[in-house]
Amino acid sequence: MLDRALKGSKGYWTLVIILLGFIGAGSLAYLHQFNNGLGVTGMSRDVSWGFYISQFTFLVGVAASAVMLVIPYYLHNFKKFGRIVILGEFLAIASVTMCMTFIFVDMGQPMRIMNVILFPTPNSILFWDATVLNGYLFLNLVIGWATLHAEKKGVPPPAWSKPLIYLSIPWAVSIHTVTAFLYAGLPGRHFWLTAILAVRFLASAFAGGPALLILLALILRKYTKFDAGKEPIQAVAKIVAYAMCANVFLIGLEFFTAFYSNIPSHMHAFEFLYAHGNLVPLMWTSTILALLSLILIVPPKMRGNETILMWACIAIFISLWIDKGFGLVIGGFVPTPFDTVTEYWPTLTETTITLGVWALGFLVLTVLYKVAISVREELGTSGPPK
Amino acid sequence: MYNGSKIILGLIIFLAIATFPFYSNFGKSAVMPSPSTDTPVINQLAKKECVMSAEYMKKEHMKVLDQWRDEVVREGKRDVITVGGRVFEKSLQNGCMQCHSNKSKFCDECHSYAGVKPYCWDCHFFREGGQR
Amino acid sequence: MSIDRRKFLKIAGLSGIGLGLSAADSLVKGKAHASEESSLPESGVRLALVIDIGKIRTDEDYKRITDACHSIHNVPSIPNTKHEVKWIWTDNYEHTFPDQTNEFIPHEMKEKRFLLLCNHCAKPPCVRVCPTKATFKRPDGIVAQDPHRCIGCRFCMAACPYGSRSFNWVDPRKYLDMNKTNPDYPTRTMGVVEKCTLCVERLARGLEPACVEVSNGAIVFGNLADPGSNVRKILSTHYTIIRKPAVGTQPSVFYVIGGGENAG
Repeated sequence: MLDRALKGSKGYWTLVIILLGFIGAGSLAYLHQFNNGLGVTGMSRDVSWGFYISQFTFLVGVAASAVMLVIPYYLHNFKKFGRIVILGEFLAIASVTMCMTFIFVDMGQPMRIMNVILFPTPNSILFWDATVLNGYLFLNLVIGWATLHAEKKGVPPPAWSKPLIYLSIPWAVSIHTVTAFLYAGLPGRHFWLTAILAVRFLASAFAGGPALLILLALILRKYTKFDAGKEPIQAVAKIVAYAMCANVFLIGLEFFTAFYSNIPSHMHAFEFLYAHGNLVPLMWTSTILALLSLILIVPPKMRGNETILMWACIAIFISLWIDKGFGLVIGGFVPTPFDTVTEYWPTLTETTITLGVWALGFLVLTVLYKVAISVREELGTSGPPK
Repeated sequence: MYNGSKIILGLIIFLAIATFPFYSNFGKSAVMPSPSTDTPVINQLAKKECVMSAEYMKKEHMKVLDQWRDEVVREGKRDVITVGGRVFEKSLQNGCMQCHSNKSKFCDECHSYAGVKPYCWDCHFFREGGQR
Repeated sequence: MSIDRRKFLKIAGLSGIGLGLSAADSLVKGKAHASEESSLPESGVRLALVIDIGKIRTDEDYKRITDACHSIHNVPSIPNTKHEVKWIWTDNYEHTFPDQTNEFIPHEMKEKRFLLLCNHCAKPPCVRVCPTKATFKRPDGIVAQDPHRCIGCRFCMAACPYGSRSFNWVDPRKYLDMNKTNPDYPTRTMGVVEKCTLCVERLARGLEPACVEVSNGAIVFGNLADPGSNVRKILSTHYTIIRKPAVGTQPSVFYVIGGGENAG
């Protein structure tokens, strides 16, 4: 089926070449980092994780969100998701690819990456994260490919794929839970030391991932012959609305615990992020976009309008990207163990590498979506569902 | 042939890349390395003996170093090795290089001939000529 | 010297035996005792430092101690504070004990410098999180770091509540005069994490840690698991504090606060 990625319109090839350009720029920047050390980034002795790890954290959520389509379709027999469930699975593949690449570019000694497997250390959450991420990538590759292949042949998916599909549901939850445990189990990092971190991660994932999926479905409808259909998009929008409400509520809980308890170490990170650090404008942008998005997506009449829905999804995606793809990691490191403030801002090299990795993910996504859409075009099932 | 010209062009590019190591080294002389043990310490020895036979060390010195490294750093086993009355520390800097004080001749020559870049020297160092 | 040589050698010998014994022991017994209250290991050795802050007064005193460590371990002096590598350094009370301070502490305490280094915790979070066992705990209590194994993921830096770990953001050799480095000790490479090793290489030769040796008795080194040890004597007669007790890591570095003249 992969050969369908080699035949495409001018628009398709233009997109591929643009993405390759970003990947090339990112690779050159990475070469610079590889030769000169991670000192070329904005990270420091105090803020020892930055853009890379926060992108990784955010994208684990996008990957996990595929489950929001798999559960209704496979567990509740919600047939309307039949067309788009593959989009979710392929988005998961692209996201996990980005996650792994972000971990790789963050390593000080990338040539020794196999040490994680050569010296397995079950007490390290990072060991488990590597395990579940690889497993999730494998599951989605196999499931996505098998179901699309069956669709092409006009037969039901093979029987062996069913257990794997059911397995992928708890597995999706596990990847984001384990990623939350990377942070939530560290003593002395009060911003992360919260039992609801995994739940917050899942809530934000189930809002942000499907929001991106809606945007992708709208883009596909505009630029390709594939139409996910109005009803499935509305169903996903409902999921986004509920998850975003839960996410905003959970962040509110964090604020309450920190400020009503009045424990300085619990308040410091919030004060840095929202009151006196260099991230203040970004964090407030995130907050305002989050509240705005709720107004746009919660009332059924508003989200019923696809243009409003699009803007709501854009707002949600940006809001969550700032919150989780930036603030969460930096806020955890500030204040430092010495109760001081060290600020962080990514450098040009770091940003170029980050863009390169995102471009790599979108290239994987573009190729996979191209294959899925071509198959459906041949079957004549790419138009709007009846 | 369908798309013949493209296939031939692709093959030519592939061959050009695949044979790069051969023609990039073409004409360059490759001198056989001759690691020497000609150092002041070794020359003074009545019997030139290392921790293992020269034959074994030629092939397996990296394994010996690997094992020492784990024993010393990870297991805290810093016991010394005594051969023919001479005491050797299980250490690259404080063991090997104490006798083999000619790194460029003894280590580097072979390593560059074989095209290996052991990362030992990223941390461990040796000042040629001693000064200790 | 704050600890007599014979006693010290006994400790060093013990720690050698302890290494083998406790490894075998933990295999048989598993970790059944991990949750017990005592932080003392079954190896019978838990090496510790007691720092009498009253005995370190001048800037020269501090510099002598930090320089001794950094020069023998080839620790580079990197001017950019974001990229600094520090094994032992100084800071004020507020930064050293951020959750044990109040606005009314004596002025001299506010101005006082404190020595900071790896706490060689009894329950080290850095060891818990390391995905390759590059950071591990030796049976004698030392939290050791194997730079050969380190992949530079910096999880340990996020886990350490004391900021005791440094990452090599840049090539450290650019900031070392390679003609003045200690030829007996390696440098580090770009992309690995490092920290105080409690001078394992010196202990193996029967020497005390370098900071202890040059401290004129202000820093005392010994075995916390031995009730008759010098460190235990000071701890039982002087008021000492540790950094961030609330996080439960059980540091092995203690600070004598006040009444310093009698210590050691």
